[in-house]
Amino acid sequence: MSIKGKAYIAGVYEHPGRNLPDKSLAQIHAELCKGALEDAGLTKADVDGFFCAGDTPGLGAISIADYMGLDLKYTDTTETGGSSYVCHVGHAAAAIAAGKCSVALVTLAGKPRSEKMAVGTGMRLGAKDAPETGFENIYWPNTTNMYGMAAMRHMHEFGTTSEQLAWIKVAASHHAQWNEHALLRDVVTVEDVLNSPIISDPLHRLDCCVITDGGGAMVIVSPEIAKSLKRHSVKVLGHGEAPKHISGGRVDLTFTGARWSGPRAFEEAGVTPRDIKYASIYDSFTITVLETLEDLGFCEKGQGGKFVSDGNLISGVGKLPFNTDGGGLCNNHPANRGGITKVIEAVRQLRGEAHPKVQVKNCDIALAHGTGGSIGTRMGSATVILGSE
Amino acid sequence: MSEMKYEAPVVNQETEHFWNATKNGTFLLKKCNDCGKFHYYPRSLCPYCFSDKTVWVESKGAGTLYTYSVMRRAPIPYCLAYITLDEGPTMMSHIVDSNFDDIAIGKRVKLVMKPTAGEEKLPCFALA
Repeated sequence: MSIKGKAYIAGVYEHPGRNLPDKSLAQIHAELCKGALEDAGLTKADVDGFFCAGDTPGLGAISIADYMGLDLKYTDTTETGGSSYVCHVGHAAAAIAAGKCSVALVTLAGKPRSEKMAVGTGMRLGAKDAPETGFENIYWPNTTNMYGMAAMRHMHEFGTTSEQLAWIKVAASHHAQWNEHALLRDVVTVEDVLNSPIISDPLHRLDCCVITDGGGAMVIVSPEIAKSLKRHSVKVLGHGEAPKHISGGRVDLTFTGARWSGPRAFEEAGVTPRDIKYASIYDSFTITVLETLEDLGFCEKGQGGKFVSDGNLISGVGKLPFNTDGGGLCNNHPANRGGITKVIEAVRQLRGEAHPKVQVKNCDIALAHGTGGSIGTRMGSATVILGSE
Repeated sequence: MSEMKYEAPVVNQETEHFWNATKNGTFLLKKCNDCGKFHYYPRSLCPYCFSDKTVWVESKGAGTLYTYSVMRRAPIPYCLAYITLDEGPTMMSHIVDSNFDDIAIGKRVKLVMKPTAGEEKLPCFALA
């Protein structure tokens, strides 16, 4: 059994705000749901499935379902960090294919910017009962130095350079200039990235994503419902996911779980990396993109630096336009987990509704990839492949 | 270089023996008597073959630097690292008592037990 063609993304909505001190977290979730349902041409009464992750306030999906007044037949509170919402596309499609629900809502919301969280450099406290806590947190790993360790090893094994990593930020900034909602809209150069202060070796401030409030929502529906709607729905072609961890001490930080999630998604969709016209690649840091591109097969392992150099990720210029909304590096990384924005920009591209300056011509097949947790220790990885049909 | 101040470790039923041993400066690893492999962090069931015949073995305290990152944006910059122990597993730790400029992937390192806020000591490594 496959989910190919069994579900469609009928509505998407990204919150236009990036700093929302005057809104509650539940309120943001509800505004997002309203926006996505309106985009699809559906109402709250049509929703019978709800998919959320650890950013949702209260008990799993239950508190927020109560708050919004949703009557549900199916809920799923998968938590794999920033990749959760990419997983949700596959999980919702599977639930729809099995007849468990027919209109699934997916939400992500958070307020780390207005709450002034030191996301990248603050200590990760770790869950008291998590088995790794006693052996890791005492060494003060934080988000930036763990991704820094991955970058250091990649540089050591493959000769990757800070200049090459900087090209990823440069490409994102070229796209963000056209996004009126992006937090950072200034186009930057390789020199700008290299001249920004080092946070943790070898990552500069401009190698790191933004910290933003807001979020996104999606409505995923059955083929029958998609057909009944006026709005252009996007077909779910394939999905794959995989956790990657430290394997009892067999640590290899030069690859991500995309090595496994990617092939699963490509196989289900019946396409190859060459068929992808646009890719949303999770970009918590520049190194996250570089390793993921290799793992998904857009280039050979170790060749990511060469691949991203000279603007190959810039729409209209390079071989593989990526993150045309400006991505997490410039536009939005709501709740410190931008997975849903990856799917949303892929839907915009497939609908032909990305900003005209970054719209990919004849965009018929797109990929969205999410990374959650940390590539320095353990992560969730999820890939979806979508078609414009 | 100012000295890092480490918190007392989080100890549970499964890791109490490990942390008690550090009070005397001993760094223990877990080895599986069925598959013969060492693993890290220590577990009661082997993460490779799921055998419950795991035993504590004292580490030789030597290894090679797998990767590292000096956290510059901190009150006291510090060097987070992964060390590949000679016994096999790679573990998260700190490079201590070493000049940051001398640190490089592939260099040999040796165990240094550092004090914590508790009686337990923390396995760290210095350039050999």
